[in-house]
Amino acid sequence: MTNSTRSIGKLNLVGLSKSDYKGRPTTLCQGCGHNSISSQIIAACYELDIRPETIVKFSGIGCSSKSPAYFLGRSFGFNSLHGRMPSLATGAMFGDHTLLAIGTSGDGDSASIGMGQFKHVLRRNLPFVYIVENNGVYGLTKGQFSATAESGLSLKGHGTNQYMPVDIAWEAVVGNATFVGRSFAGDPKQVKELLKAAISHKGIAVLDIISPCVTFNNTDDSMHSYAWGREHEVALHELSYVPPRDDILVEYEEGEVIDVTMHDGSSVVLKKLERDYDPTNRGRAIQLLEEANRNNWLITGLIYIDTNQPSLFDLYDLPETPLNRLESERMRPAPETMDQVNAMMF
Amino acid sequence: MSAVQTKAVLDTQGDFETIVNDFSITVGTENGSGSQTSNLTLLRALFKMGIPVSGKNLFPSNIQGLPTWYTIRVSKDGFLARREDHEIVIAMNPGSFAQDLADVKPGGVFLYADHINLAINRDDITIYPMPVQQLVKESDAPSSLRNYVANMVYVGILAQLLGIDLERIKQALEFHFKGKQKPIDLNFGLVKSAAHWAAENLDKNDSYQVEPMEATDGLIMSDGNTAAALGSIYGGMNFIAWYPITPATSLVEELEEYLPQLRKDSETGKKTYAVVQAEDELAAIGMAVGAGWAGLRAMTSTSGPGLSLMTEFAGLAYYSEVPLVVWDIQRVGPSTGLPTRTSQGDLAMVYYLGHGDTQNVILLPGSISECFEFGWKAFDLAERLQWPIFVLSDLDFGMNQWMSEPFTYPDQPIDRGKVLWEEDLERLSGKWARYKDTDGDGITYRTIPGNKHPKSAWFARGTGHDEYAVYTEDGDEYERNMARLKKKFETAKQLVPKPVIETMKDADIGIIAYGSTLPAVKEARHYLAQNGLKTDLLQLRAVPFTDEVTEFIYNHERSYVVEMNRDGQLHQLLSLEYAPVCAKLTSVAHLDGLSMTAQFVEDRINQGEAERK
Repeated sequence: MTNSTRSIGKLNLVGLSKSDYKGRPTTLCQGCGHNSISSQIIAACYELDIRPETIVKFSGIGCSSKSPAYFLGRSFGFNSLHGRMPSLATGAMFGDHTLLAIGTSGDGDSASIGMGQFKHVLRRNLPFVYIVENNGVYGLTKGQFSATAESGLSLKGHGTNQYMPVDIAWEAVVGNATFVGRSFAGDPKQVKELLKAAISHKGIAVLDIISPCVTFNNTDDSMHSYAWGREHEVALHELSYVPPRDDILVEYEEGEVIDVTMHDGSSVVLKKLERDYDPTNRGRAIQLLEEANRNNWLITGLIYIDTNQPSLFDLYDLPETPLNRLESERMRPAPETMDQVNAMMF
Repeated sequence: MSAVQTKAVLDTQGDFETIVNDFSITVGTENGSGSQTSNLTLLRALFKMGIPVSGKNLFPSNIQGLPTWYTIRVSKDGFLARREDHEIVIAMNPGSFAQDLADVKPGGVFLYADHINLAINRDDITIYPMPVQQLVKESDAPSSLRNYVANMVYVGILAQLLGIDLERIKQALEFHFKGKQKPIDLNFGLVKSAAHWAAENLDKNDSYQVEPMEATDGLIMSDGNTAAALGSIYGGMNFIAWYPITPATSLVEELEEYLPQLRKDSETGKKTYAVVQAEDELAAIGMAVGAGWAGLRAMTSTSGPGLSLMTEFAGLAYYSEVPLVVWDIQRVGPSTGLPTRTSQGDLAMVYYLGHGDTQNVILLPGSISECFEFGWKAFDLAERLQWPIFVLSDLDFGMNQWMSEPFTYPDQPIDRGKVLWEEDLERLSGKWARYKDTDGDGITYRTIPGNKHPKSAWFARGTGHDEYAVYTEDGDEYERNMARLKKKFETAKQLVPKPVIETMKDADIGIIAYGSTLPAVKEARHYLAQNGLKTDLLQLRAVPFTDEVTEFIYNHERSYVVEMNRDGQLHQLLSLEYAPVCAKLTSVAHLDGLSMTAQFVEDRINQGEAERK
């Protein structure tokens, strides 16, 4: 599979140009944070030299869930039901557990109708880049509050939200997710580096990305707006992803960085900013999120990571050959077993 | 109680008509008391004596303490349906004692645990008290097991009274305890001492006895859920996601039992399957849809309430054309009420399951061996048609032990349907369209995630797609696609199992039935014919209705449609399909949570015939 017929841009190590990672033109609103995330998914996969045919995309229902059509056009994908992306992805990945799963869900899709499946896919540690494009509002149905909207938020035509919000990252950490990051669509560089780290993680990787809805929830005082994000983003660290083949070139002072080694040999280098933060400490992560919520900080970066937990497929004794490639004779017991089975029936 | 008092108290000594191998035994116990072991032991011992038997467990939705009954029908004629009459009743539970006593057919037999101190007010039956506690005390059963083994007392006493071969009982116990000597010895010890006690202390004053036959030679004994599980295993099932629900749970338990024995990869020793217990039925079918889409032989099993939850995903699978198999072990529902009682109440729901214009392909196994056969066939159909295939069994089939024809190895190779892999796409120069009907049968070609050809990928979704699986809201595209799905349903008629038709010479009327009512229907036909009303039977085995169904309905002046639900759901579906001749069809529908009896079928057909005159 070469890219000889195309000549757009530089080729990566698998011989593909960035345009090979593109999808169909977006139909989301201009300026939608989701489009920015789609661009970073394209960039991350291109830069990581992943063949698009080895990626499977998933989504539920909502603006976020339309977006898989707008990236990785050469990857299989399934736009499933509202709130049901996790179950569909779980079953599908049993088909070929060597593939990479990337899902885009939203705050309605994951924090309301899909809260149950969201929590349960965490427990199972399905290797899955689970992106929540979080804008605090229902877009396709015209601007209702979502479960992540802050209490006191006023939206045109819908009054003031009275309920406390769901914090996706907090739910993920307490729900035993093994990788939890938060980012902001207005900070594409960090989104991309977090995506690369998430892709390298062997297990569930939840990325709660504040992704402003320019049409229904982007007033300056809304906690899911561009303005608010720019003003309140507190990056935990400067995060860079170092592929397995590369050496860490920049030299850091001792105590200045934390270096997390991933299963595939790559590293996530976290350069200390204002605070000391160790993302491998779960108790500290919960404390941090609590602190952030109390102080209205938009904490971004790698909040929690545990590279030691077995992934879902480590728990199933599956052959190396993907189950969907097994020949029929490996799936049907031999004829001589039939008599034995009948004998077992009394 | 003295030895004298334990003798049979019926004073009408004299000649008894001997009734051999033709009666029902009902045992009333408390659930959770271990009576299932003793009841199955009796059933299996009779089966091994060559006598046709069936066993039906009537149990409450409860773990311990509520009344439960088990009925064994012994039938030299091979009739396996439930009967209204109870010739022999065994009362082990004070809570149901009065009812159990009242249930004994006049001239019948009542055995009871003699520590139950309740009034016995019948003089038209034979009564045998059983010193259950005394015999258990005298046994060497540890105190923790005494309540469980107490049920073996009635096994031993009944064996003595009826003439059940003790060796056959031992054989049944050996099977039940999988050869573990300690429980076998403990239970069989009590059976022997109870039989011995009965020989010493009871004068047989009743009509009933068993004699060995050769009517079960070559047959096996199994339940429908085991058969379904094994059929699925032979069908190459790779993936099941499920959520516990009575009466479907045991299907998965049986899968867990047999998969490790039968489905280790011959090359690597690894598992060629995965079983996932989901968080609910929505997730269970969601996982199965994902797995089916990704090229696995995927299934889920549930019952009516679970199916209600699965509706949205079932519809998605219909429109996005994902193969999967859904077993529905029907019961009464929803919520509490009669969750442990059998039903055929889901047919209409399943036919239309999903929103908008959906018509689902349904398989209707009519025996335990067909549960096995449709277990593997369902996967071939699902992948050939790229649709969910629903298999409707019920609690009576699923959870009761039935004598059955042995399971037969699949007579067709696994059919993976129209799948394009890398080399196929290479050959087609990458030119293909996911939803384009190139063969004219409504069935299109699909590719599966993991296919590395650059033209292999497509984006799956519900209805809004064109032939290339690209999003569209175009009305013409929608209609064209829906017309193709209709055509595919027509194609399904050529692929689903045809009905089985049993005829009588110069039959007057037709009967249409399916599933677990068939034993009652077949027995009813026997009695109807004895009284001069000859019938033909169409055993429906699938929806959509095939040409054979059409011919049967047109060729009979009138047909009765027998089923276990209130509204006559099959009758409704047939009446819609055959609207011009729907007056030929009469519904014989009934549901009280118990399985169908021949008596009911016979009465209702006679009534229908009488009303015509």
